[in-house]
Amino acid sequence: MINKSLKELAALLAAKQISSVELTREFLARIARLNPTINAFVTLDEERTLAQARAADERIAKGEAAPLTGIPIAQKDIFAAHGWRTTCGSRMLENFIAPYDAHIVQEFDRAGAVNLGRTNMDEFAMGSSNETSHYGKVRNPWDVERVPGGSSGGSAAAVAARMCPAATGTDTGGSIRQPASLCGLSGLKPTYGVCSRYGLVAFASSLDQAGPMAKSAEDLALMMNVMAGFDPRDSTSLPREKEDYARDLGKSLAGLRIGLPREYFAEGLDSGVAQVVQNAIAEYRKLGAQIVEISLPNNKLSIPVYYVLAPAEASSNLARFDGVRYGYRAPEYADLNDMYCKTRAQGFGAEVKRRIMIGTYVLSAGYYDAYYLKAQKIRRLIAQDFVEAFKHCDVIMGPTAPGTAFKFGEKTADPVQMYLEDLYTIAVNLAGLPGMSIPAGFAGNLPVGLQIIGNYFDEAKMLNIGHALQQQTDWHLRLPEGV
Amino acid sequence: MQWEVVIGLETHVQLQTHSKIFSGASTAFGAAPNTQACVVSIALPGVLPVLNREAVRCAIKFGLAIDAEIAPRSVFARKNYFYPDLPKGYQISQYELPVVGKGRLAIQVGDQEKIINITRAHLEEDAGKSVHEDFHGMSGIDLNRAGTPLLEIVSEPDMRSAAEAVAYAKKLHELVQWIGICDGNMQEGSFRCDVNVSVRRAGSDKLGTRREIKNLNSFRFMQQAIEYETRWQIETLEDGGEIHQATVLFDPDSGETRAMRSKEEANDYRYFPDPDLLPLAISADDIAEVKAALPELPEVMKARFEREYGLSAYDAATITASRAMADYFVATAAKFSGEAKLVANWVMGSVAAKLNEEGRAIADSPVTSAQLAALLTRIHDGTISGKIAKDVFAAMWAGEGEADAIIDRQGLRQVSDAGAIEKIVDEVLAANAVMVAEYKSGKEKAFNGLVGQCMKASKGKANPAQVNEILRKKLG
Repeated sequence: MINKSLKELAALLAAKQISSVELTREFLARIARLNPTINAFVTLDEERTLAQARAADERIAKGEAAPLTGIPIAQKDIFAAHGWRTTCGSRMLENFIAPYDAHIVQEFDRAGAVNLGRTNMDEFAMGSSNETSHYGKVRNPWDVERVPGGSSGGSAAAVAARMCPAATGTDTGGSIRQPASLCGLSGLKPTYGVCSRYGLVAFASSLDQAGPMAKSAEDLALMMNVMAGFDPRDSTSLPREKEDYARDLGKSLAGLRIGLPREYFAEGLDSGVAQVVQNAIAEYRKLGAQIVEISLPNNKLSIPVYYVLAPAEASSNLARFDGVRYGYRAPEYADLNDMYCKTRAQGFGAEVKRRIMIGTYVLSAGYYDAYYLKAQKIRRLIAQDFVEAFKHCDVIMGPTAPGTAFKFGEKTADPVQMYLEDLYTIAVNLAGLPGMSIPAGFAGNLPVGLQIIGNYFDEAKMLNIGHALQQQTDWHLRLPEGV
Repeated sequence: MQWEVVIGLETHVQLQTHSKIFSGASTAFGAAPNTQACVVSIALPGVLPVLNREAVRCAIKFGLAIDAEIAPRSVFARKNYFYPDLPKGYQISQYELPVVGKGRLAIQVGDQEKIINITRAHLEEDAGKSVHEDFHGMSGIDLNRAGTPLLEIVSEPDMRSAAEAVAYAKKLHELVQWIGICDGNMQEGSFRCDVNVSVRRAGSDKLGTRREIKNLNSFRFMQQAIEYETRWQIETLEDGGEIHQATVLFDPDSGETRAMRSKEEANDYRYFPDPDLLPLAISADDIAEVKAALPELPEVMKARFEREYGLSAYDAATITASRAMADYFVATAAKFSGEAKLVANWVMGSVAAKLNEEGRAIADSPVTSAQLAALLTRIHDGTISGKIAKDVFAAMWAGEGEADAIIDRQGLRQVSDAGAIEKIVDEVLAANAVMVAEYKSGKEKAFNGLVGQCMKASKGKANPAQVNEILRKKLG
């Protein structure tokens, strides 16, 4: 049951071979067994979850099921969900019960999906290892001494350990793709503006994008059919027709031009990872694709640009956590200023504070032009690189992350080492493009992801490209030991 | 030593929209605390702003009314600072690219017209309110007002006296009501002025250091505050002191201004474009649509009044100083067949004086335009004199009825019966031999005295023209 695709689960539910309550209980039982080790979930509410499952069963009985009705989905703890604790991995929101629903939470509710629980994450989505969560580190099911990646590490580990069939994530600089790579699953960051940010606790507004994490590209497509769509409550949401993201699945890849950026296969890439990626590309050749060498000359600037822009936006976005209206407030303080200082000093972790300080600095009078404005200009150059590249190819492929899952503590001492985890993913956010990671093999018994970057709104095409590989290989079906 | 005062204003105008500038919450005044604070007003984690297009239409209206350029593309920026009644930790405002660019406003000071240049006007959201009473040792926060749409209008430092500053503020206050973007209620904070004041030696073209008087909510206080501040700055400089840039508050009780905080400690607001909002695009069509619905503007109406009603420039400017007054004038003139000049005199004179005295708006005048027209008709047709009309008007104001009823009841009809007037004249001539002698010896003034005596004897009812005529005849 735990390895079944979303489509297969839907068929079983429709045929009444299993009820949503039974299915949900099975996953809850797995969570009860595995979560004490993996720590992928931070909040569970069996009663609420099972009530949704019962409602889904009634809906199925009435013959009103939608494709995901009755299927339990885990939600990253960054989406406001009415009545659920929404912590964002932070002490700041330890006791915050959201009084409203994020757009995508609403969409899953409307689809009849069951909210299985809230997944752990780097604090306010700032991190690449899930080590910055106030609720403890998440362990990688492939090797519990290693990180699952971040920031959507809880969702990634939950899917990898089959504690849920699929989960939601968010990706600001690689936070869906990198953990998907490190945990051996499929994850998609859609084009900026495709999934509403309403109710997604903001880290860096111009980069944040919600997306699905699942076992296969096909499952991602079904998740996207629920999550994507215009929402007037988000001014950056794109007013586009609803589309069927599964529509291209099964189409031939003959003639597909795959661009390989020279800069993605250079210094800094683990040789084992490089080999896995080359093998996957060889598979695509067999499927009729052509390989084109391309260049993304400004990619090397994406990390410095990102670490100006994302902290700048974050420093402002996180100003609302001031202890005045909700969330953590320091128990003792002398006056208003002291209340602010102590609340934020105690409520935020080190990485969040580091980024707030960087962001405050780069926006300060006298530094704004040199940092923020310059970074915005380079951001446009980086986006222009892709426009140029897509003149020569249909999709871009390369590694998702420079290496495989690393050990706890290995990169925490040096933030820059940690930031380099996102070397291949960040430019995609800066350009607002869709990016995907799918399992492509193993290096040293650890999963390796292949990144597929598409042009704007090419999600359906990318999902088919991922699906095609998953028809030829079984990397995505491999299970960690002990799961 | 001659000093010149230089004044510029920043005015916050609360726009008359039903909902807030970035959310659907109501903007109605006076609701119980925090009952109009939706998830966006409270700034819950994850919420996002969506621009209210009605606020944009208000800004366009204002831009058109001051003959300013409307930016085809303007940008919302975040102004970052911490304060308990600022829920997001930043205010959404416009910084480098405001929606309304340079414009101008003509003001009238005495009988002089002066153009005040307007630097810019931009859209922004209001903060909430901190409530310090009723919470022992603590402060309450009311977020009903948080997110209310404001248009901040910044003038050039073009004003040279408190009177000019007040005239500008009044003109602006009237204009925003005229075009229907603000209710003008200063007590409720719908129209708030910050005044920048500096002084310099006459003839100098370098600006002095300015101090900003914050949050003046009445024109009287504005006048007093500027006058005090100006005196204080001049005295300080004459005593060899220096002016430091500062924000000051006006205390209406003492009539003094005092520094609130010095600008050296001012925040670095770290403005940057708000990534949650797209740049605001305004097309030529958008502007045309607003323009089509715009009422006739005061300047245009003033010119028309001079042309159509034959009013002097001064009268036309005074009548069009407020839309309500202009409407009242037009309504009265429409029902009156005599000269519009008489209507203008009465509206600017007796009507305005009584309204002022009682602090009433012209829309609440106890004497309606129709009633005033009926009264003026009785002057025009010779039933009563202008002088008697003042008494009738006072009675009408006091609610004693229509003009005709009062005239009849009090027997105020003008006496035009030649026989009756002759009788009065004879009696006056008999009783004032001295004046008669003076007149005959060439003192023309004595004639006026005799007319006065006749009018007095008739209790003001005698037709003055007839009195004149008969007197001249009798005195030969």
